Amino acid sequence: MAMTTDIRTPAPQRPRTGSAAPPGPGPRRGRLRTLWGSTIGKKAVMAVTGLLMLAYLLVHMLGNLKVFFGPEDMNGYAHWLRTLGEPLLRYGWFLWIARAVLLAAVVLHGVSAYQLSRRDLAARPVGYRHRRRGSSYATRTMRWGGIILALFLVWHVLDLTTGTVNPRGQEGHPYENIVAGFRTWYANVIYLVAMLAVGLHIRHGFWSAAQTLGVTRPGTARLLKAGATVLAAAITAGFVSVPVGVMTGVVN
Amino acid sequence: MNLTLRIWRQPDAESPGEMRTYEVEDISPDMSFLEMLDTLNETLLTRGEEPVAFDHDCREGICGACGMVINGAAHGPERTTTCQLHMRHFADGDTVDVEPWRAAAFPVVRDLVVDRSAFDRVIGAGGYITAPTGAAPEAHATAVPKPAADAAFTHAECIGCGACVAACPNGSAMLFTSAKVNHLAALPQGAPERETRVLDMVAQMDAEGFGGCTLTGECATACPKGIPMPSIAAMNREYLRATAKR
Repeated sequence: MAMTTDIRTPAPQRPRTGSAAPPGPGPRRGRLRTLWGSTIGKKAVMAVTGLLMLAYLLVHMLGNLKVFFGPEDMNGYAHWLRTLGEPLLRYGWFLWIARAVLLAAVVLHGVSAYQLSRRDLAARPVGYRHRRRGSSYATRTMRWGGIILALFLVWHVLDLTTGTVNPRGQEGHPYENIVAGFRTWYANVIYLVAMLAVGLHIRHGFWSAAQTLGVTRPGTARLLKAGATVLAAAITAGFVSVPVGVMTGVVN
Repeated sequence: MNLTLRIWRQPDAESPGEMRTYEVEDISPDMSFLEMLDTLNETLLTRGEEPVAFDHDCREGICGACGMVINGAAHGPERTTTCQLHMRHFADGDTVDVEPWRAAAFPVVRDLVVDRSAFDRVIGAGGYITAPTGAAPEAHATAVPKPAADAAFTHAECIGCGACVAACPNGSAMLFTSAKVNHLAALPQGAPERETRVLDMVAQMDAEGFGGCTLTGECATACPKGIPMPSIAAMNREYLRATAKR
């Protein structure tokens, strides 16, 4: 049998078909454009901004528990947040920086979610006769849950930041505003629904972020899922304890 | 056993399709699902009707040609390919819905046949190693550590049937692409093109109109070869690493 000696040299150019990303002009610019332009990159943006908001929520929840130590503790803590970073920062600057970072995170998270969802829905235009339910409730409610949370954010800022819709709405007195707010039935309903939504969102979001950022390995998948459940339950329980405290009279 | 089948019939890509009902009698529980469809097609031919078109080749679960959604599940109720699904998993008198893979990137060609050439283009974008062809090289010329060989083989098991895309509510090809990327990334032969491979394959995957991953896990549940969910995390890791390095 004759040995073939036809050894081809490698093709000089890799085939680039479709809208495969062309090499960017500068390494950094091309890198960001590649990330934002791909489904994986956009999901990574969602993961990073989501984890940032999650870290904030954890601190926010722990801070809220100050309400159980009385008005002086709570209002003192709120005042301290404004003096944080002094004298490097001026009074209140730390809060404004935090707000700017969080707003950027919310916008990037939301825009990525919207764009990816549009893409996902277009990728499966026709459904099947049978609806398989292999995914969890938390997974299926990510999109609507996110919309509920975005609407809640607007309410929450108007309620306890600007005081516009708060029955008391007195600046510098968060303790009194919280108590006054949670004495109305609607504030409780809105808050409880939103806190359940945030729990579900974290339940799927935390372990999704780990998977998206490539942290998950075959051995750690179960651990990360359990971590997501614990984190979601702790954050929801911590936030819910405040209106429950007001309703039961522990906080007044 | 006797079954009532409701099958998606569509004469060609442009025409609208519909579910049509057929009664199939005297089915042996030892038949495969495809043999059962063969039986139906023989009856249809004798009646002068068009047989149901479906893809198939090896019929031993290793080629990835066959595939249809049976009662809402890609490849049906068992974790195997449609050709290896046996009728003993159905009960006499059952009504079974049979539909083609549904995804924007997999247009229906006819009845249960879809065009999966999007997968070929994803492979063409980087799912290979650049090496001189010719006579097969000596198998031990490049040493491969056992864990790397095992990892590569787990992913090399992917037969490209498309069940992952069909099962995914987003029509995402992440599991398929991750199997191909991880297969070659685990091997020394794949190392020279490690970064460009994942960047180009993901770019092509996106360009084909597949959706993104929302981690529902439907793909890994449907995969007849058991490609696991963490494969997607591994590809994400490869992608982010390649983006940082380029």
